[in-house]
Amino acid sequence: MESKDNIALSVRDLKTFFYTNNRCNKAVNGVSFDVEKGKTLCIVGESGCGKSVTAATIMQLLPTLSRIEEGEIKFRKNDEIINIEKLEKNGKEMREIRGSDIAMIFQDPMTALNPVYTVGFQISENLKYHTNLNRKQIREKCISLLSDMGIPLPEKRVDEYPHSYSGGMRQRAMIAMAMACNPKILIADEPTTALDVTIQAQIFELMDKLKKENDTAIILITHDMGVVAELADNVAVMYMGNIVEAGTADDVLRRPTHPYTKALLESVPVLGRGKNQDINPIKGSTPDPYNRPIGCQFAPRCNWQTESCDIMPEISQINETHQVRCHKYEQFFEKYNEKRNSKIT
Amino acid sequence: MKKEILKLRDVKVHFPIQAGVFNRVVGHVLAVDGVDLDIFRGEVLGLAGESGCGKTTLGKAILRLVEPTGGEVKYISKNEEETEITSLEKKEMDPFRKKLQIVFQDPHSSLNPSFTIFGSLQDPLKKFGVKSKEERRKIIGDLLEAVNMRREYMDRYPHEFSGGQRQRIGIVRALCLEPELIVCDEAVSALDVSIQAQVLKLLMQLKKEKNLTYLFITHDLSVTEYLCDRIAVMYLGRIVELCDSEDLYQNTLHPYSEALISAIPVADLDKQTKRIVLEGDVPSPVNPPKGCPFHPRCPKAKDICKTDVPKLRKYSTNGKEHYASCHLIDLPEIT
Amino acid sequence: MAKSSLDKKFDQIRKREEEKTFSTKKRSRIVSKFLNNRLAVIGLIIFTIIILASIFAPLLSPYDPMRVDLRSMRQPPSFAHWFGTDSTGRDVFTRVLFGGRVSIFIGLGSAILSAVVGIAVGCYAGYKGGWIDVIALRISEIFMSFPQIILVLLLVSITGQSLFNLMAIFILTGWGGMYRLARARMLSLREEEYVQALRSFGLSTFTICYKHMLPNALSPIMVNITLSTAMFILTEAGLSFLGLGVPLNIPTWGNILNVAQDILVLQNYWWMWGPVGIVISVFVLCVNFIGDGLRDSTDPSQQG
Repeated sequence: MESKDNIALSVRDLKTFFYTNNRCNKAVNGVSFDVEKGKTLCIVGESGCGKSVTAATIMQLLPTLSRIEEGEIKFRKNDEIINIEKLEKNGKEMREIRGSDIAMIFQDPMTALNPVYTVGFQISENLKYHTNLNRKQIREKCISLLSDMGIPLPEKRVDEYPHSYSGGMRQRAMIAMAMACNPKILIADEPTTALDVTIQAQIFELMDKLKKENDTAIILITHDMGVVAELADNVAVMYMGNIVEAGTADDVLRRPTHPYTKALLESVPVLGRGKNQDINPIKGSTPDPYNRPIGCQFAPRCNWQTESCDIMPEISQINETHQVRCHKYEQFFEKYNEKRNSKIT
Repeated sequence: MKKEILKLRDVKVHFPIQAGVFNRVVGHVLAVDGVDLDIFRGEVLGLAGESGCGKTTLGKAILRLVEPTGGEVKYISKNEEETEITSLEKKEMDPFRKKLQIVFQDPHSSLNPSFTIFGSLQDPLKKFGVKSKEERRKIIGDLLEAVNMRREYMDRYPHEFSGGQRQRIGIVRALCLEPELIVCDEAVSALDVSIQAQVLKLLMQLKKEKNLTYLFITHDLSVTEYLCDRIAVMYLGRIVELCDSEDLYQNTLHPYSEALISAIPVADLDKQTKRIVLEGDVPSPVNPPKGCPFHPRCPKAKDICKTDVPKLRKYSTNGKEHYASCHLIDLPEIT
Repeated sequence: MAKSSLDKKFDQIRKREEEKTFSTKKRSRIVSKFLNNRLAVIGLIIFTIIILASIFAPLLSPYDPMRVDLRSMRQPPSFAHWFGTDSTGRDVFTRVLFGGRVSIFIGLGSAILSAVVGIAVGCYAGYKGGWIDVIALRISEIFMSFPQIILVLLLVSITGQSLFNLMAIFILTGWGGMYRLARARMLSLREEEYVQALRSFGLSTFTICYKHMLPNALSPIMVNITLSTAMFILTEAGLSFLGLGVPLNIPTWGNILNVAQDILVLQNYWWMWGPVGIVISVFVLCVNFIGDGLRDSTDPSQQG
């Protein structure tokens, strides 16, 4: 896999545990995926499934009472390969990677900008640290970044404070900050959850443009299957610290093979299907992370549960791109296809 | 056949903005700026719009959690007696408080962390005349069972429950006085998708069992389509479109509704449409634009939109009433 | 690379988790966090010992704190008199025990009563707002704009010396802080959705404010009560040292210290003022440790 040039980041069997209140929470428990250049990988899952922890692990932005247990995070910087998990948390190398090679944008644009500095100053901090530009060049770069993000009057806006920006504009400023050093990878942790749909649409256009123009790899973390359908090239569905299904958007959305993916897709009303569409809730609720089920984590809520589900299923490869972590995926796959075919004929 | 339960006439909620040493009023936030709306018995009316459009304020104004600064809210009882409730004294309001209830958005702040479920739910019952403790326990227990929870849960504290369970307890609280209309303020927005569906189904089932009317406030148009009979779309404190839920998606009249619908990400690869991306942000409700409030962002705006405020006019699509406020609609107006 | 202590701790927890041998005993998170704070626990133990010793003073000491015994004047510490005796032959240890009763009563009593006043006004004013809030806020600001010790001195000289005058003055000067704390909590709780839900039922202001909202505002107030207890004990000691606190015939920690005004006593008879000074400092320190421990354990933003 390492020989492939188009893979920007490769995560193998990553485990990150949290140790708060004298208990151990296996927040991320064996996650593997690759992020390709110029492609968007969506990590989907409900709250508490470990999707944000995965992102924080890649950036080494974990809290004190947690650590990376096992696994590899391989980041390709030009031609060398860096093992991020071996770097010191706040060491020089890690800080160099943060911001310049891998950048991150957060969920809440209202709190992610410091209210006492101008937006231009906050963007230029990143450039000052990671590049050799002089002050004038930095300022020009800030203005051009803001105008790329579609902020009107960037020459004026660059000297304004965050409070005079609206939510959508702040998120654009955040993206401008993240994109300042042309990162290879952009991690977006629920970037539009706090925004309105019309603003969300603007941000999505922007991210699509960035991906195409700069060949940036994007890891988009979301809970919304709609967002996945709009933006994703590849999808990884997470549940309780594991990736239960991964593949291209086409694989996962058209041929969902894990019962959880299928249930997720069926539990949200879809616009345009009218009032009589059938939605099926998933029974029960997500288990307590300190009192996890043995074996397959989804088993207690799954309609297809059998005795074999007491053992954690291995990853099965359905085709070149499509992976699933389920014992009964073959039967499930067939049944689903049958149903689908009968619907068509 | 269709009977109103609430009639809103020109309801306004203006919050004063104070500034300076003497707290002088320097302007008003026009949160709700003249809303006419009829809610019929037994229907689910969706109220959709982006944040800051005044939908939550309107919902709270109906319950007088926020005092309306103008206009009328009339409650029509089952025997067709009309009462104007915004001018009532605190005591006189009590019988109507029983009929109108609310379910909140945030399952974490909607329950009092220091009381058991029974402890925080019993006071309203006590106030409305359920004197004996056994009876109160029975009412709350029955309702907990009605929302698929166990009776014993009433003696537990809120932190022992998950988000979805808390939301159900919020529904129990709204139901405990047997109301006629429930305002659901973003009732499922804060929940995980798998739990959202459980609560939506529960709301539908309760509506059937108890003959409820819902005013369902949400920003999520895919939920309204599934749940609502009629939908009102709000923008900057006004209703811009009001019609049957299917018509809103099939015969959209207002350009704002159109953009809103197209912007929603759809979890279906076969149904991808071209997004209409609106320019700019929602203007501030302190000084909304002159003319049609939507004109600065409207892709179709003409000169008339910049000067004249469009009225909410009645049209007909699919043989049903369809209200919209736009100068550029080609349909004949119905009077 | 050597493993850090944190890593070792993590390994232990993980091992416990995998063997499922972690303690499943359900103890409230606040209690366990408090017990993990060593200083707070030590503080609590010493605090309890001093309070119990004061309460059971007659059982612990054969002497009468008031009885003058001219045969045993100014004796240094011995087995008969642990802390020695003072200029009139009274046993200092006994006086410290009995003095603790009054000093702690004044400190704790003033702190609790001023909290009651502050909460009663602050809750209502914070929830309701309007003119009550404005008036109460201004009055508290007036009290807080004087240096407290000068205000107390002034009032003591006006009203005269007595135990209850002193407490009344402490309450009058101390309620402002509590009021502001309670009011600020209420202002933020007011926007919580459960409060709005109660309002939508039309419940009375009194029920909503004192029954439903107050319990959620209590934890910072508890912390403040402990801290102001310490402050009142110190103020009492200071006033009594100056001779303006409790009448001199009643033994309090401050009154015992009062003898140190005499340069002769200060230089020659250290046992008359030394032990009581240490007791005051230790007690105040313990109360502050407890207060800090309470604050850390009730603060949900701190993890441990």
